[in-house]
Amino acid sequence: MSKTERKIRVLIAKPGLDGHDRGAKVVARALRDAGMEVIYTGLRQTPEMIAEAALQEDVDVVGLSILSGAHMALAPRVIELLKSNGQEHVKIFLGGIIPNEDVIKLQEIGVTGIYGPGTLTTQIVSDVRMGVLGEVNN
Amino acid sequence: MASVQDVLSGNRLSLARLLSQIENDTSAGRAALSDLFPHTGNAHLIGVTGAPGTGKSSLVNQLAHYYRHPPENLSPKSVAIVAIDPSSPFSGGAVLGDRVRMRDLAGDPGVFIRSMASRGSLGGLARTTSGVVQAFDATGYEVVLIETVGAGQAEVDIARLAHTTLVVEAPGLGDDIQAIKAGILEIADILVVNKADRPGVENTERALRNMLNLAHPIKRVYRHHGTLEVVPSAIAVPTESESIWIPAIQKTVATDGTGIQELGDLITQHKEHLENTGDWESRERTRLSAELDDLLHAALVSCWEDTLPAGRYQEVFDQLIERVISPRQAVNALLNGTQDK
Ligand SMILES: Nc1nc2c(ncn2[C@@H]2O[C@H](COP(=O)(O)OP(=O)(O)OP(=O)(O)O)[C@@H](O)[C@H]2O)c(=O)[nH]1
Ligand SMILES: [Mg+2]
Repeated sequence: MSKTERKIRVLIAKPGLDGHDRGAKVVARALRDAGMEVIYTGLRQTPEMIAEAALQEDVDVVGLSILSGAHMALAPRVIELLKSNGQEHVKIFLGGIIPNEDVIKLQEIGVTGIYGPGTLTTQIVSDVRMGVLGEVNN
Repeated sequence: MASVQDVLSGNRLSLARLLSQIENDTSAGRAALSDLFPHTGNAHLIGVTGAPGTGKSSLVNQLAHYYRHPPENLSPKSVAIVAIDPSSPFSGGAVLGDRVRMRDLAGDPGVFIRSMASRGSLGGLARTTSGVVQAFDATGYEVVLIETVGAGQAEVDIARLAHTTLVVEAPGLGDDIQAIKAGILEIADILVVNKADRPGVENTERALRNMLNLAHPIKRVYRHHGTLEVVPSAIAVPTESESIWIPAIQKTVATDGTGIQELGDLITQHKEHLENTGDWESRERTRLSAELDDLLHAALVSCWEDTLPAGRYQEVFDQLIERVISPRQAVNALLNGTQDK
């Protein structure tokens, strides 16, 4: 019997109060088309809801779409919750309009990839794959 | 690696990781399922199936909420949810979106939601869904709600796995009788007419009722204070006629909770019916014998493949293609190494 290949599991969440999830959906579909399993959780997720879903779904990656400007409040909180749940191995990717100085701070606290408007989905797909599979054979 | 002990003691991260092992059908996952098996057999497994967009996820959300916050005379039950969505046949990937409708359940430690991709399996479930359900059962979840892929077919697999199967219909998706697939009555314990706030509910409900009457022409059935009563017709009805469950019809509005308590009551009645008639046990027997047969077949095939010399299959197949031997002779050749008739 053939062995089931390991599927990359990604949670895509939209924290904060802004109501646009078009970008998040486009990324979700691109990851699906690259063979990944994407759990889509919808709008207005709190960091607590995101961490809980990431745990139940045992994901490798959490992708956050934050357009509200609240990324410095939301992203660190998600990372903190994932760590305290024992999921420090989960890679965090972030989409939104993020000022350069924030990009550096976010990378320092462990965000793997940060993407502004106009990023090619192929870029995101290959970064996610690298981020996860680069660590699988350790 | 998640230890079975951690899982049984209620560690949610260990459970989540074990579910991945089971889903990926790893040897660790298989071993854990064997260790967990003695702890299974307690949960009420409830299947929710129906065409795409009929409101399955929204209903699962409401039902889970009902079990967590039941009417006063009942105690809350812990709830696991397994929600299956289709994998793309092209990429093998999937977007699993059922959680979007289940946000009311966030933050409740008595609820655990797991999304699964069908991974090429047809029939509404993934191949490893029953393993995932067993893990929840063993961990002590009292109710397991299983949402199938919305394929709109009569999903026989879910009826085999679940104790109670809900088939969800909604108006506006083709309310006429042809649209309601034959075979639905074989799998439905309860027919839910969701989106009862939409025009056309009466048509959907009437179509379902007509189907039920066609299927049970001899008996007249009515519900009386929540109990099922069978009124014998002129034709002799077997004395155990109470042991026959006639699928119930319940209207709901999953977006605001209308009809959910009634649906919850019906599910409880169905469970009691199964217990009182011995059907609970016979369903378990049927399910386990099917599972045993499936595993046995797979194991036998894989044993046999291991003994087959390299190239032998192709060699025999070539003879078959050239019509030197018949398909049955080919089987004999592959099984015995001979080509005898
Ligand atoms: N008006 C109305 N809309 C409803 C009702 N129940 C669900 N919906 C809406 O119907 C749409 C589909 O609901 P879901 O719960 O996602 O349906 P589903 O059967 O799980 O869908 P799939 O998993 O994609 O097959 C959503 O927009 C819901 O808000 C209802 O009772 N009334
Ligand atoms: Mg759904």
